[in-house]
Order: sequence, then C-alpha cells, then structure tokens
Amino acid sequence: MTSNAEITVERTKGDEALLKVKDISLSFSQYTSGLRKTEIKVISNLSMEAYSGEVLAVVGSSGSGKSLLAHAILGILPSNAKLSGKMEYKGQELTQERKEKLRGNEIALIPQSVNYLDPLMRISDQVIGNVEKKSEKLMKELQRDIFHKYDLKSDVDRMFPHELSGGMARRVLVSTALMNSSKLVIADEPTPGLDEKNLNETLSYFRDMANKGCAVILITHDIEAALKISDKIAIFYAGTILEEANIEDFKNDGENLRHPYTRALWNALPQNKFQAIKGHQPMQDEVIDGCFFYERCSIRDEHCSKGTPQLKMINEGLVRCNNVS
Amino acid sequence: MRLREFKPSVTIFFWKLYSADVLRKYDLKFNGRAKMKHRKFGIFIGKKIIRLLILLMVVCIASFWLIEQSPIDPVRAYIGEMSIQPEQRALLEEYWGVNTPSHEKFFNWAKNLLNGDFGVSLIYRMPVTHVIKERFTASLILMASSWLLSGVVGFILGIIAGMNSGSLIDKAIKTYCYVLIATPTFWLALILLLVFSVYLGWFPVGLSVPIGLTAEEVTLFDRIQHLILPTLTLSVLGVAQIAMFTREKLIEVLSSDYVLFAKARGEKGLDLVLRHGVRNVALPAITLQFLGFSELFGGAVLVEQVFSYPGIGQATVAAGLRSDVPLLLGIVLVSTVFVFLGNLIADIIYEFIDPRIKQQEATQ
Repeated sequence: MTSNAEITVERTKGDEALLKVKDISLSFSQYTSGLRKTEIKVISNLSMEAYSGEVLAVVGSSGSGKSLLAHAILGILPSNAKLSGKMEYKGQELTQERKEKLRGNEIALIPQSVNYLDPLMRISDQVIGNVEKKSEKLMKELQRDIFHKYDLKSDVDRMFPHELSGGMARRVLVSTALMNSSKLVIADEPTPGLDEKNLNETLSYFRDMANKGCAVILITHDIEAALKISDKIAIFYAGTILEEANIEDFKNDGENLRHPYTRALWNALPQNKFQAIKGHQPMQDEVIDGCFFYERCSIRDEHCSKGTPQLKMINEGLVRCNNVS
Repeated sequence: MRLREFKPSVTIFFWKLYSADVLRKYDLKFNGRAKMKHRKFGIFIGKKIIRLLILLMVVCIASFWLIEQSPIDPVRAYIGEMSIQPEQRALLEEYWGVNTPSHEKFFNWAKNLLNGDFGVSLIYRMPVTHVIKERFTASLILMASSWLLSGVVGFILGIIAGMNSGSLIDKAIKTYCYVLIATPTFWLALILLLVFSVYLGWFPVGLSVPIGLTAEEVTLFDRIQHLILPTLTLSVLGVAQIAMFTREKLIEVLSSDYVLFAKARGEKGLDLVLRHGVRNVALPAITLQFLGFSELFGGAVLVEQVFSYPGIGQATVAAGLRSDVPLLLGIVLVSTVFVFLGNLIADIIYEFIDPRIKQQEATQ
C-alpha cells in the first residue's frame, strides 16, 4: 500500500493506533445449485485505524457487511469464512489466538439487539458473564454499580431478556462492555428504533467511553447519529471503506469531503439537499475490476474502470479515489 | 469451570427457576400478580380435567363399539377349551348377557364404571382394578427406569453430537441413532435375550422374579437383575429420538446470536455449551420426553411379551388374545389416563416453567 507511509506521517503527532486493520478481505464459499462452489466477497481491501480516546464511526447501508467487519475483528466468523489481510492491536499482530484471548477482556462487542442475550438466563448472570467463583461477588458489586449508573433498578438483575423494554435492553447491552477493562469497544448498530431522547442517551454512553480512554468503533447506518459523537467517520461501501473523514469535514455544506459517494450521502440527508443518486451498490457476487463506485460516479474517467484506486491521504483524511486532489 | 448451576438435577434447576420467580414477584409487592398466577394455574388444570373427561368418554364409546364389532364370545372366553351342553351354554349366555342389546350393555357397563366397578377379569378371575393395580406397579418400575435411562443417555449423546457436529463422533452417534430407530423393539429384545441370557448367562431369561421362591425370599438384587434387559430394550428406542432431537436443537442454539455474543465475550468450549446450550435445550428435551409416554406404553407391550415380564403390557396382550373384555377395556382406560398425564406434564412445563411463555401470557 502506498498510503502506509503517509498514515505514519500523519499519526506522528498523536499516539500509535490501538487497532490497525490493513487491507483485509473477507469471503464466503457457498454451494450454489448442486455442487458448484462460489466465493462471495463481502469485504475487500478494507483498511482502518482506531485510536484510544476517539470514536470512529463506520457508516454504510444496511446489509453491506458491516457487522461482519466487527465479527472479523473479534474472530467470531463462521467456519466457511475466509479472511485475509492483517490486523494489529497495540502494535502486535492480532492473530486468531490473540483475538480469543482478548475478546471479552480488552476487546468488547456491544451487539445490536436483545436477541444477543440468552433468553433463559437472568440479566445479572448474563452481564457478569462466566467468571471464576472467587471473583463472583466482586463482579456482582461491579455489575450493580454499573446498573446503578445507567439507572437500571435492582429488579432488572433478576429479569429475563424478554422482560426488558427497548431502552433498558440497550443499557444492559452497553453495560456488558463496562464489566471488563475494555480498551476497544465495537458497537454494532446500537441505535436502530430508538427515539430521539434514547438515541442521544445511548450515543452519550459511547462518547463517555471514548473520553475515558477507550477506542470506540461505532458501526451504524445512521450517518446523522454518527455525526453527533464521532471524531472520524469511515464510509463503508460495497465491502470497503471509501473515505475516512474527520468530523470537521462535514461542516460548511460538506465542501471538504473527498469522495463523491460521501458527498452524495451528505446531499441525501433531509436537512441538506435531500437528493438521492441513482443506482445501487454492486451485488456481493459481482466481480468488479475498477472502482466500486464507478457505475454511479459523477467524476469518473476510463482510468477508474481498471484497478481499484489506491488509498490516498488528502487534507488529513483518507480517500480511495483517483480523481480527487 | 462453573458447573455449580448444573450439578443439581435439571428438575431441581427448573424448580428453582420457577420458585425463585414466584418469590421475586412476592418480593416486589406483586402479591396480586402471584395470586393471579395461582388462579391461572387452577383454571388451566380445570380445563385439562374437563378435557380428560371428554376424552375418556370418547375412548369408552369407541373401544366399546370396537369390541362389540369384534367376534368375541364371552362364553368361550369363560369356559376356555371345555366342551359343554347347549342348555348350559344358553344359561351362560344369559348370565353374560350375550343377547342384551348393545346400548343396554354399554349403559350397564358405564354405570358400573362410574361406581368404580370395572368388572371381573375372565382370565385372572379377580376384579379388573386389582389386576391393573398389580400389573401396573410392575410395569411402572420398568417404564420409569427405562424412561429415565433413555432420557439421560439420549440427552448426553445429543449434546456430544451437537457440540461436535460434523465430526466423526457426531457421525457415529447419528448412525447409531438411525440404526436404533430402524430396529424393531421385539427383535432387539430377542437379540439381547439370546446374547446376554442364553449365551452369556448374565441375566435370567424372563419373568420379574426367580421361579420357585416365595415372595419373602425374593431379594432386591433378584428384582433388579430381572429388570435390566427389559429396561435396556425399552429405553433404546427413546434414546435415539431424544438424542437426535437434542442434537438438532443444540446446533440451532449454538448458531444463535446469543451464543455468538457469548463467544465475543470470551466464553468457549464445554463451558459455553453448559452455560447456554444445556440451559436452552433442556426444557424442550424434557417436554419431548414426557410426550413420549404413549410410545413407552406401546413399547412395554412388546418388551414384556418377549421377556414374559408380568406387567400391564403382557396383561394387555393376554386380555386381547383371550377375549377378556372387562380387563381389556380397563387397561384401555388406564393407559389413556397415563398418556394424558404425560402430555399434561409437558404442557405444564411449557406454559408455566418457561419464563418466555409465562411472560407472553401475562401481556396478553
């Protein structure tokens, strides 16, 4: 990657990234019509970095494989998944064994919905998790403290997941990440179906975590929500990240945005121009040689249809486009 | 490893779940709700009793009609192979009411039933209730032990197979289950009898106690030794069913979102299966096991026949072959209640112990 050098240049002013994802690709092998095996590529050449004390939002449309990115970082992909590329955590390579050691410990996942809780286990047992007997009491106290902080009353402890209201479920799920000394928190679509008040409250939990020194990766389809609390926004499209922009770039009518897709997204928002662009994301089984956004791009040239554009550092943000300078 | 919660038997575990829940509701000044719960249980049981009565009525009419249609001759059944004069036969026919109209016969029988009189067994020459009580007790030991055995072994095999799905051990257990399902019970009984009783001589060939001893001389060991082969045979079919079910269910649970999240929180291996798998599979598996009461009864008929085990199954066959109508009808009624009880327990587990179902009903 040509951009590696540039990335390091930029980061010298801050600390080293807690998590570095370099050029990962993820594909599934699937049997279609009889014994024909096909590869479905869901993530291709994706790179991103998460820093302690920052919220990085990964924004993309629903069903585009964002959750799988989270699963890939945690190492909980299904067995027919093929992952390539490199990940680094605290400067060391993040291997599958290391993922298994770190998850639930330093790396925490905040799942989408109450479906991610065991339907037959009481909430407190669930939030505490599988701990050794001697530390059980301590963990119980910690759990109570966290629940207290999130305004979850003591009767919630003994409830089953189906008894929780939507807002309570959200807080319970968030509190699972606080039980351990998490340094990297990955929140997977934590905001759908929340009203304005609950949404802001939930988002503030993540901001809090980042302020306390965690690196937060917020995976969402809701760009407005992401804009409220994030430091950086990575635009996820067709299995890769097209642009990683700083939050300031979205100000002034989005003039500083680099990629045409990000601009299109920005213009599609109701409070802006409320204009959608034509077309749809390429399907996952389509083989694309050039830029993933080629079909819908307004500034494309023949150069764009051949070869994936390299990641470029422009104006302190990363972009994968040939025609931006 | 945190096995603490699973050391007590599963029933105790669910009882705890249930009772703790009741307590919690009292705790939280939900006194009214807990009372409502008891009332609900009362209504539920009341409805079930009405249903049982209707079922018994239908079974009575249907089985009586079937017997009426069959070429059974009560006189022949009573005198056996003896030859008698036509005059004596006419007398006996009058005594047994051969020529009474069907509906009158039915009402006489039904009236006696309501008074608790099931009639007198023609082949055992004692009251039907007495025969059924004695035979049923013997069978109950056999059925209960094989029911427990098949449940426990089947569940464990299912968990092992589901945990390692796709592996060699899973394939072995699956093959074993398919073979078991395809095996006729009586054939398996004969094979076990041949191998263990005839060739190896480890177990007696039949009956429930040794021949030629008085009741006082029979030891517990004797009884157990006579019980082992029939129990084994009877449990084998149940093992396959519960193992396949548990396996399927566990695979489903292990691919659920909440197991994925548990993995994301660092849980893995056997611990994960015990904490989430067993917890979520146990309830449906136990329910299924209770629903299997009817097959248990059917199996007992065959097994007891092969092992000459003097239980209710053998009495059924004898009553059928030798036209003992009162006994046959009595057994039909008792077995109806037995199977109904199994289903009832399954329903209770489903509706009153599973916290999810409880909640749904509360919100309705």
